[in-house]
Amino acid sequence: MPYIPRQLRYTQEHEWVSLEEDGMATIGISDFAQGELGDIVFVELPQEGDKLVQMESFGSIEAVKTVSDLFAPVSGDVVAVNHQLVDAPMLINDSPYDDGWLVKVRLHDPRELERLLTAEQYGEQIGQSD
Amino acid sequence: MVDFAGWSMPLQYDGLIKEHERVRSAAGLFDVSHMGELFFHGSGALATLDNLATNDVGALTDGQVLYTPLCNDAGGVRDDVLVYRMDAAHFMMVTNAANTAKILAWSRQHLQPGTQLEDGSEDVALLALQGPRSSEILRRSRLLAPWAQRVGGLAYYHFVPGAEDVLCVSRTGYTGEAGYEIYVRPRLAGDLWDDLCTQGSDLGLGPAGLGARDTLRFEVGFCLYGNELTEDASPLETGLSWTVKMNKPRFIGREALALHRQQGVPRQLIGFEMEDRVIARHGFEVTADGRAAGVVTSGTFAPTLGRSLGLALVQRADAAARLHVVVRGRDVPARRVALPFRASLANT
Repeated sequence: MPYIPRQLRYTQEHEWVSLEEDGMATIGISDFAQGELGDIVFVELPQEGDKLVQMESFGSIEAVKTVSDLFAPVSGDVVAVNHQLVDAPMLINDSPYDDGWLVKVRLHDPRELERLLTAEQYGEQIGQSD
Repeated sequence: MVDFAGWSMPLQYDGLIKEHERVRSAAGLFDVSHMGELFFHGSGALATLDNLATNDVGALTDGQVLYTPLCNDAGGVRDDVLVYRMDAAHFMMVTNAANTAKILAWSRQHLQPGTQLEDGSEDVALLALQGPRSSEILRRSRLLAPWAQRVGGLAYYHFVPGAEDVLCVSRTGYTGEAGYEIYVRPRLAGDLWDDLCTQGSDLGLGPAGLGARDTLRFEVGFCLYGNELTEDASPLETGLSWTVKMNKPRFIGREALALHRQQGVPRQLIGFEMEDRVIARHGFEVTADGRAAGVVTSGTFAPTLGRSLGLALVQRADAAARLHVVVRGRDVPARRVALPFRASLANT
């Protein structure tokens, strides 16, 4: 069964966001999403300095069988990109919440987080309840 | 699991790339029971099949298998099938699941006198054992023991008839590796699956799904119906000229294909590699020097080769031009690559 960490917030499009201190946030895709995509072979990500807008596409993930757009859970300035994914995109499959993170952003508006799903709500959305 | 032509099919078991590599390096077991099996019997069976097929069914000997397109009158492909010759009056045709009903009806329309046609699709299950260790695993099988000796010496595209719940075992496949396809009654399929898995587990055998089946066939340049092959493209355009036997006096589509051959085909199937880290998917547009040139028929990340490759049906005049594939609104350059991307080892 896919793992859904309780402390994260989620989008309906299967991205997660982790709020850190000093207004920074890390973004990735959920365990459920990586399982549905299967083997990931390419990741298209923004660059440091780019701006994300909540719920707008900020890149894409190519798995062998399918491609999926990435949607920003929050608006913010990209301060770091996981460059390891260029050579090792399967880190997302192996470790979606840790080594497979996508980007770090400086939040524009922390209140945007309130529009996201809690772990419990996300679990219900993917048909999983605890 | 995915829905595929009305069948619930495993897209993958424990990971597409892992399953793909398993077939290249050891062996994989596929449940491809969705394939259709049509049986042609009687004194007219050979004439019926030879009229439907572009390839030469008349050249088959007992125990031999033939790959052939079945064309429409315009030379487009209705299906690509295998024809098994049991004897002069008994043949089995193996169709793609999505085309079985269509080909059954088409065959009925074109039955020659003295032919009986029977749809056995619901009564035949099919397991494909593929990979360099497949022969070793097959020889260990408990359920196939009576045939193991004869199967061991089988030449490519030949088969050994079975008995009771085993219809036949052929040296065929869709992966570009040595392997076998085993036609059995559905009631035996589960036991045979377990038998082969048990016998092969220490040799690296594991299950393989539809996803790996597609990437495996793609790397060795085998056409897929619905992608490279359609009612609107002729076998002469899709690299299957070797299956069109113009020395046969008649078969459906012959006139159109003769004209194609005489005038040169308008399109050509080409291979390409993406020059960026994206995948060209089925249906993406291909441009040549900025003009529309054709369409991607299949494209994926080829696991064994580690490259983003594709097949495209393009205007012949554009085949040598500077090509781009339109990926999500962006023109991504693509470099021509000779086909097949990887040589098939099936006949080794």
